[in-house]
Amino acid sequence: MSQEQPETLLVMDADAIRKAIRRIAHEIVERNTDLSRLVIAGIPTRGVEVAKRILDHIEQIEGVRPEFGVVDVAMHRDDLRRRGRLTAVVPTELPVDLDDRVIVLVDDVLFTGRSCRAALDAISSFGRPARVQYAVLVDRGHRELPIRADYVGKNVPTALEEKIRVRFENLDSVPDSVRVVRPVKP
Amino acid sequence: MSTLRIFNGRIIDPANGRDEKAELWIRDGVIIETPADGAKADEEIDAKGRIIAPGLIDIHVHFREPGQSHKETIGTGSQAAAAGGFTSVVCMPNTSPAADNAGTITLIREKAATSSIVNIFTTGAITKGLAGQELAPYNAMVGAGIVALTDDGHCVQNHEVMRRAVEYARMFGLVVLDHCQDYSLVGGGVMNEGEWSLRLGLPGWPRIGEEIIVMRNILLAELCDSPIHCQHISSGGSVRLIREARARGVKISGEVCPHHIALTDDRLQTFDSNYKMNPPLRTERDIEAIIGGIADGTLDILCSDHAPHAKYEKEVELDQAPFGILGLETEFGLFSDILVHKKKAIDINRLIELYTVKPAKLLSLDRGTLSVGAKGDVTLIDPDLEWVYDKEQSPSLSRNTPFHGTEMKGRAVQTIVAGKTVWSL
Amino acid sequence: MSGWTRKDLLGLDELSAEELRIILDTAKAFKGVGERSLKKVPALRGHTMVNFFVEPSTRTRTSFELAAMRLSADVVNISATASSLQKGESLKDTALNLEALRADIIVLRHSSAGASRFLAERLQASIINAGDGAHEHPTQGLLDIFTMIEKRGSLEGAEVAIIGDILFSRVARSNIYALNKLGAKVTLVGPSTLVPKAFEKLGVKVAHRIDDILETADVVNLLRIQHERQRKEYFPGIGEYIKLFGLTKARAERLKPGCLIMHPGPINRGVEIDSDVADGDQSVILEQVTNGLAVRMAVLYLCAGGVGLPS
Repeated sequence: MSQEQPETLLVMDADAIRKAIRRIAHEIVERNTDLSRLVIAGIPTRGVEVAKRILDHIEQIEGVRPEFGVVDVAMHRDDLRRRGRLTAVVPTELPVDLDDRVIVLVDDVLFTGRSCRAALDAISSFGRPARVQYAVLVDRGHRELPIRADYVGKNVPTALEEKIRVRFENLDSVPDSVRVVRPVKP
Repeated sequence: MSTLRIFNGRIIDPANGRDEKAELWIRDGVIIETPADGAKADEEIDAKGRIIAPGLIDIHVHFREPGQSHKETIGTGSQAAAAGGFTSVVCMPNTSPAADNAGTITLIREKAATSSIVNIFTTGAITKGLAGQELAPYNAMVGAGIVALTDDGHCVQNHEVMRRAVEYARMFGLVVLDHCQDYSLVGGGVMNEGEWSLRLGLPGWPRIGEEIIVMRNILLAELCDSPIHCQHISSGGSVRLIREARARGVKISGEVCPHHIALTDDRLQTFDSNYKMNPPLRTERDIEAIIGGIADGTLDILCSDHAPHAKYEKEVELDQAPFGILGLETEFGLFSDILVHKKKAIDINRLIELYTVKPAKLLSLDRGTLSVGAKGDVTLIDPDLEWVYDKEQSPSLSRNTPFHGTEMKGRAVQTIVAGKTVWSL
Repeated sequence: MSGWTRKDLLGLDELSAEELRIILDTAKAFKGVGERSLKKVPALRGHTMVNFFVEPSTRTRTSFELAAMRLSADVVNISATASSLQKGESLKDTALNLEALRADIIVLRHSSAGASRFLAERLQASIINAGDGAHEHPTQGLLDIFTMIEKRGSLEGAEVAIIGDILFSRVARSNIYALNKLGAKVTLVGPSTLVPKAFEKLGVKVAHRIDDILETADVVNLLRIQHERQRKEYFPGIGEYIKLFGLTKARAERLKPGCLIMHPGPINRGVEIDSDVADGDQSVILEQVTNGLAVRMAVLYLCAGGVGLPS
């Protein structure tokens, strides 16, 4: 092989992802009795997809579908200059009146905690929810802020230089998977 | 007594219809008969098969002295001329103060005598202060040595003033050189009026602003039966007007600068002030018409309009930048490349004619030929040399040229003034 | 997002349709910020934006200033009278001074076409063109188009008439360039002196009778008419202009029901547009102002994150 491929390790396949999201949905239902006040809000891009799947499971389990939302964090990050490339900003979609609502923020991977911090900022510029909870498909460690998730699909210990690659069939045209990608050694 | 022998070259002397392999001998700065075989010269130049031509003449340069010697001096300008193959140049009078009186002209000629390495000819203003209103003192300026009249950079708008100027100049045998620009039509125009000026939102300089003055000059030359020469023709329409008038026998002529056939107005899309000149770059259609005019003899003078400006002066908003570019070092190469090699509009002999005998005849200069007894001004030319212009090597004080890095075919390789080499490649 | 790499916004002529869409999509996201209770995001925290207005303007300058503040940037305003250009300093030197003060973004309004490009080629800072002579006014063009798309959905095949002093209008040029790229059909309407036929080379239609577009236009964009200052040789007077090209009530009634009426402001009531028409249901003039803020936030965000001109 002329070019060395980065080493990848499959940590979740489609079935594992489905089970993890279903478990998160169950836990959310257990902890939140009033589903009419609940908003499941994804952080773009793949957090939005995880949020939609959580909603599907809740609807299957309980027969009601809580409200869906999108929380853009790109414009709430303050490290524009430090990032190599721009992240697209997308419109935030949240119910008009957030007061007394419970928001479950959803992301695909929890890493430094900065996206969650930015999302909390974004939410607070819209209103004052009663509570905010945090659900992630994968927690890979290496927090830089005092943030932890309420719902975790899977804990995946990683080295700092490794990356987590999440793929969803309906977005990426490859089977659902979570992989650890180890960079090629120089 | 000092003799120079130039051998192993091809003499092209259009004034005498000569094109042959021969030697050229110069003694004490004057061309002499080639002596019998075996004669020895004090100095010998091997032309290496290249062309031995009369020294080239540019009748349109701005050397900025007195008053703007940060742009160019007569000394540095003359070095740029020599580097372009020119042995004689004609300076425009828009110095500061303007060359509109015998004193300033004498000053320029004295400066030239001490600092120039080529022949400097001077022009006097048509009107005092180039203001287009009162005639300058032609008799006094002739006494100081002018070879023509012009308000170049400006244009006499009042037709009555222009008429009297041409009539009065006739008495001295002076040609009037006119920068053809109607002020009301041109206004604040900075580039050719057309698709690109509309796109870029820049004020347009319409062709008719030139053509209407060319027409005026044709009518005045006819009325006064005295020659008027239209400077730097940029519009195809002007070529047609001049062609028709010359066919009628009117004493009208026109000159061409290389940028007007090398570049088009779309270059302004980068807002680079090195593409801003007056008159402006126009379109392919104009270029074709101008080249047609050169090919059929309608336009028989080539020149540079060498107009140096300091970097800080040109490096401003486009509409505020001064007009004009350098030209002496690149003009022969550009014309040779475009007219002789690419478009094949004329041959090298004709190109040399347009740069020697034609301008000499227009302004009655005792130059432009290799006849026995003529001044020993010679330019050696390699008509097929391929070269690239590097503005950083220029002896000019300025660097305002759009031709940096331009590839050309044909170049002057040695410049000899009165038997003395003043520049060689 | 790989489609945006520019550090500067100099004009819409040089942008691709893809780049135009990136700005418009980003603006859509930023428009939401203006509807929140807390109208501020930290995206440009620590960035310094200089509003460098060599030509006077109130609304564009204020709009940029608010946009920057909503992005948490620090803003400095420099006007023509206060700047050292008045004292004979060159544009280049003034700009180099701004850069030495570590300005990250310079928003330039200047009376010379090409002035913003001139700076962009010489400075590290992002240069945003807020109007350069009669050349371009890209953020005005973008906010016009943002408003059209917001109201209509798509511009594909839309008939857009731009009416007025086209020859001297940077707003018209930015509109023409972007509308052409997004599939709209543009007709320029105005006196033959101010709308020369040569404009057709830019891929638009030229008309000298407002009747020609009234019944077919999906959008009419009216430009401010100036006569007193420098147009005396272009048309004889305001009265004659209103007769020929003013959007009077009677003419407005002939417009299609869904036709949008736009104006970049400031409007001359009773000149290019009847006062009641300006306030009518079809007028989106004030929405243009609101959208201008979102578009300018998007432009500032994108250019601040841009990595430089594509080579």
